[in-house]
Amino acid sequence: MKDVTFLVDIGSTFTKVTAVDVEKRRIQSQSSAPTTPKDVSAGLQNALEGLKLTRGELQSAQVLACSSAAGGLRMVAIGLVEDLTAKAAKQAALGAGARVLKTFSFQLTEEDRAEITQLKPDIILLAGGTDGGNTENILHNAKVLASLPTAVPVVIAGNRSVAQEVAQSFPASFSTYIAANVMPQIGKLQVEPAREAIRKVFMEKIIYAKGLTKASRLIDSIFMPTPAAVLRAGQLLSQGTAITKGWGDCLIVDVGGATTDVHSLGEGMPTKAGVVVRGLPEPFAKRTVEGDLGVRVSVLSLMEAVSARVLAQDTNWSESQVEDRIRLLNAQPETLPQDAEEELFDQVLGHQAVKLGVGRHVGRLSELYTPSGLVWIQDGKDLSKVKRIIGTGGVLINSRDPLAVLEGAQQESTSLLELRPESPNYFLDGDYILAAMGLLAQEQPEVALTVLQNSLREYELTRRDK
Amino acid sequence: MEAKTLVLGVIGSDVHAVGNKILEISLKEAGFTVVNLGVLVSQKEFVEAAVETNADAIMVSSLYGHGEIDVRGLREALIEAGIGDILMYIGGYLVVGSQEWSEVESKFKQLGFDRVYPPSTLPEDFIPGLKDDLGM
Ligand code: B12
Repeated sequence: MKDVTFLVDIGSTFTKVTAVDVEKRRIQSQSSAPTTPKDVSAGLQNALEGLKLTRGELQSAQVLACSSAAGGLRMVAIGLVEDLTAKAAKQAALGAGARVLKTFSFQLTEEDRAEITQLKPDIILLAGGTDGGNTENILHNAKVLASLPTAVPVVIAGNRSVAQEVAQSFPASFSTYIAANVMPQIGKLQVEPAREAIRKVFMEKIIYAKGLTKASRLIDSIFMPTPAAVLRAGQLLSQGTAITKGWGDCLIVDVGGATTDVHSLGEGMPTKAGVVVRGLPEPFAKRTVEGDLGVRVSVLSLMEAVSARVLAQDTNWSESQVEDRIRLLNAQPETLPQDAEEELFDQVLGHQAVKLGVGRHVGRLSELYTPSGLVWIQDGKDLSKVKRIIGTGGVLINSRDPLAVLEGAQQESTSLLELRPESPNYFLDGDYILAAMGLLAQEQPEVALTVLQNSLREYELTRRDK
Repeated sequence: MEAKTLVLGVIGSDVHAVGNKILEISLKEAGFTVVNLGVLVSQKEFVEAAVETNADAIMVSSLYGHGEIDVRGLREALIEAGIGDILMYIGGYLVVGSQEWSEVESKFKQLGFDRVYPPSTLPEDFIPGLKDDLGM
């Protein structure tokens, strides 16, 4: 066994390296350097040098990497019915760490084809029909996609009866990959095989297209989109290993300038009596990305969702002050708060993004009046008993009061129908290692779990006055 | 021959689960592929399930007396979804009060059902006819 493993996260702005001492099960050192977009190996080299290791140490270590550079993994998901296979396909793509540019359902039209051409996805996930079910739609959509002006890798995860035929609809310039159906039967979700296929395509094709090839010479194996690595870390943390017990159900929240990502690890079955679950089942490891909730690039849509009035109340500013600040943050996303008031403003934005993002992620209850009385219907996951919420990402990690931001996740008297955590404990990914440990989990799950748990325990967030 | 696919469910806010289970078991035994949506099933769920599974027939149950309201527009929704000519049956407890059976039957036929079954219809009473209707 090599004693040190380097975990690399090539982000859009920074390339971060974490060196883990495998024997001692701890972080040995960390370093980061600006990402060099044209050829990321330069930035990686710089980051590695920052670790101040000897040449020998550097050469003997294993290097594993994930990347969200070059726009991340951009995908389009396609299914038949919006609430069934299209939703399942979207969930599979999100779980593979993709940015889902758009989800299409039913038969693709000429306009849809033009839009997909414009969107320039890295991979298309094509689903539709349960196994033995509808075949017409996916065959039609394959024909439409086959005439895209530039070839795109296509992962086929629809009705198994025609998977081969669908693959054969594409000209040789398209690479096609067949995975098991994302929804083999009504009420059954099966996203793992499609996620695996997407990861494979990412490793085989996408890293070349994104100028990561040179860096891949420095890297031994495992190249996945950063969000996929974060989700793996969550899975490890929650489920543990064969030897060490996990933490149980968790929620991971990442507020960014452009999006708010929420990951939940848990079955989400009803925790209250008399509740009937409806709709598509949810994956154990579920990821949602809110493209309109961010604290810089997407701050205008965040304000729209929250309202200037609420932001004014929370900050004690006037509405016009709020609007001015929002416009500035949007126009100059690199703006940092200069005083306590501006800091509070950022904190309020983060809090609201978490609140809305988690609200959309969790399941909800609705009442149904029947002749024999009230029945509760649950759509989505019940996360009310989740005990741990973990914050990650630059905005939270650099916040002066990350707890105040993260508390947006929690159940309030005004959100009782949303199945949010009721009384969670909060943790911060203060060493910024979630993605790194997700990578390490592939090779050394035991080590990754220990390092992760120890680090998060260091950063448990509590109110001093509590 | 390929097995025919049936979508099954109890429509509306109806929770009577026993007959639905019995139907599932006996239809599976009779060689059908059964997509059972269970109780409390909305029109939308019937339509969407039938589309994805390319179903050959829809079997609606209604026991609690509100079937007439619950099924209104279902045939139209199927037409919208592009599967308007799918075979559709209904059964359960459709009689409310002292209605004549022939009256009930013609009402539900007008609502778009191909066959309508009275209370306590047993599986063996309708499965042969169903196979006939599906050309099996
Ligand atoms: C058990 C029962 C309940 C239980 C249900 C428990 C459960 N989760 O399953 C409970 C107590 C919850 C209940 C509640 C109510 N019930 Co109730 N219930 C019954 C009862 C006694 C038996 C139903 C049953 O399980 N039958 C056995 C199964 C095997 O038969 P089945 O469901 O009819 O199905 C068979 C056939 O009909 C046929 N079939 C069914 N569907 C279809 C579809 C197709 C396409 C085909 C071909 C055939 C077919 O095949 C099945 C197998 O042979 C009946 C009375 C009765 N004896 O039928 C009343 C009865 C159905 N209930 C009735 C009523 C009014 C209610 C309530 C409104 C009462 C109230 N005010 O609270 C509520 C409604 C609740 C709701 N939201 O749905 C009335 C309905 C009257 C009407 N339609 O005009 C009945 C008929 C009692 C009565 N005589 O008044 N009920």
